[in-house]
Amino acid sequence: MPSTRIVRESLKPAMHNSLFTDDDPVRLIGGRHRESGRIVFPCPADAAYEAVPLGRKGQLWSYTVQRFRPKSPPYAGPEAFEPWAIAYVELPGEVIVEAWLTDVAFEDIHIGMELELSPQPLGGNSSLIVPAFAPVKALAA
Amino acid sequence: MSRVCIIGAGIHRFGRTDGLSGLDQGVFAVRAALADAGVSWTDIQFAYGGSDSAGNPDTMVERLGLNGTQFINVKNGCATGGSALFSAQMAIKSGEFDLGLAVGFDKHPRGAFDAKPAEYNLPEWYGDAGFMVTTQFFAAKIMRYMHLYGISRRTLGMVAEKAFMNGVHAPHAWRREPVALDTILDAPMVSDPFTKYMFCSPGEGGVALVLASEKKARELGVKPIYLAAATMRTRPPASFEVFAPSIDIGGGTATATRLASAAAFEIAGIGPQDIDVAQLQDTEAGAEIMHMAENGFCNDGDQETWLAEGRTRINGQLPVNTDGGCLACGEPIGASGLRQVYENIVQLRGSGEGRQVPDSPRTAYSHVYGAPGVSAVTILKR
Repeated sequence: MPSTRIVRESLKPAMHNSLFTDDDPVRLIGGRHRESGRIVFPCPADAAYEAVPLGRKGQLWSYTVQRFRPKSPPYAGPEAFEPWAIAYVELPGEVIVEAWLTDVAFEDIHIGMELELSPQPLGGNSSLIVPAFAPVKALAA
Repeated sequence: MSRVCIIGAGIHRFGRTDGLSGLDQGVFAVRAALADAGVSWTDIQFAYGGSDSAGNPDTMVERLGLNGTQFINVKNGCATGGSALFSAQMAIKSGEFDLGLAVGFDKHPRGAFDAKPAEYNLPEWYGDAGFMVTTQFFAAKIMRYMHLYGISRRTLGMVAEKAFMNGVHAPHAWRREPVALDTILDAPMVSDPFTKYMFCSPGEGGVALVLASEKKARELGVKPIYLAAATMRTRPPASFEVFAPSIDIGGGTATATRLASAAAFEIAGIGPQDIDVAQLQDTEAGAEIMHMAENGFCNDGDQETWLAEGRTRINGQLPVNTDGGCLACGEPIGASGLRQVYENIVQLRGSGEGRQVPDSPRTAYSHVYGAPGVSAVTILKR
């Protein structure tokens, strides 16, 4: 069993916002419905769900590229805008989560590619760390 | 239980109308619908009015006449118009009322809808990080669908090309110029695989329908169109909807649309093969493709052939979005679902002129879909 400690909002409010465990490397915190076993992300503030750490690796389920700066509010990222990719990542046996997709050229993205969790700072004036995945690095020969 | 008849329909043109509020456009549509039905406001026993962001519909009594008519406001996201119509038909079906009105209007600011996380029961970080953008969902949904079922980007372009072609002939449409397929495909990308021509824009417009019991329609001596079914559904488990931070494994196939569609066909006692013309939610070009299958008109993947063969064009086997849909008309949320019904009435009456479906269509289908996983369907017969 993973000895995961859940980061409480009161301890690290701005940094993690209850999205990540404080493992090294970090993991996303999902919510498992106590009766049905269904896993969702993020973990709802609802006694029917218990917080569970999610797997760090998965496959790309679908994606798109955000080509324009989203409206602020609610978007709190930097004024300067570069397009970024958005992924739905299937974590086997758990759930499909929405996250940023980093460290990959847009033309190299393909459904089914192997990804691992690689959270990224939102930047600008925000201290938010955003759930993000990056391609699993090929093992050095 | 009385059959529900639609005996009047009115529309204020979609797009941008400077100097007219959303409510003004709703009032315009109501007056047109009353005139079309040959009745006056004082004859109307009840009204259901829907608007997402253009104020309280019932305030239009100031303009229509202060005779105390019952007027209930409906606000139900992208299903607002459909929900107003659903409620109005229930009032007639109950036997309590004989003559009523369903009206929807809206006026949205330019650009994408600016949804806030709290409105959808989502955490603030989700909006901060830039996930609160509807276009991302539609793009990610079709990207998965294209991967699974071999739909090409060219087919998405053909949906938009058809929409603008049809809009040319619809006086109420916003975009009334044809756009070449290459222009659509080569335009700047908004959210891959969609270019700017493949997304509809929030806009303005108003639509009103006059509903009557069969007895009342006969009394008035009008040739009614029957509302054979009107349904509204929310999302089932394992669906994939707008603003979804997570999806169940295996998700994306069950949808609110499938539920609303199946229920409507059951109530109407007919099947997809019996429909002569359909208006399907086309927030973007991919939505029309996926909704063809979700509403039961074809199997997943068949759309590639359907579009190539022009089966959804005006003279095709199943004409889809004959007024150019949301792509050509824009999407004023409160009015959008009722626009589809308006267009179906035009088609069933045979008054579509340049966009008229040939061979006197007898059945017509409409479908709206929107955040956070709601869908409304109607089936009309004449």
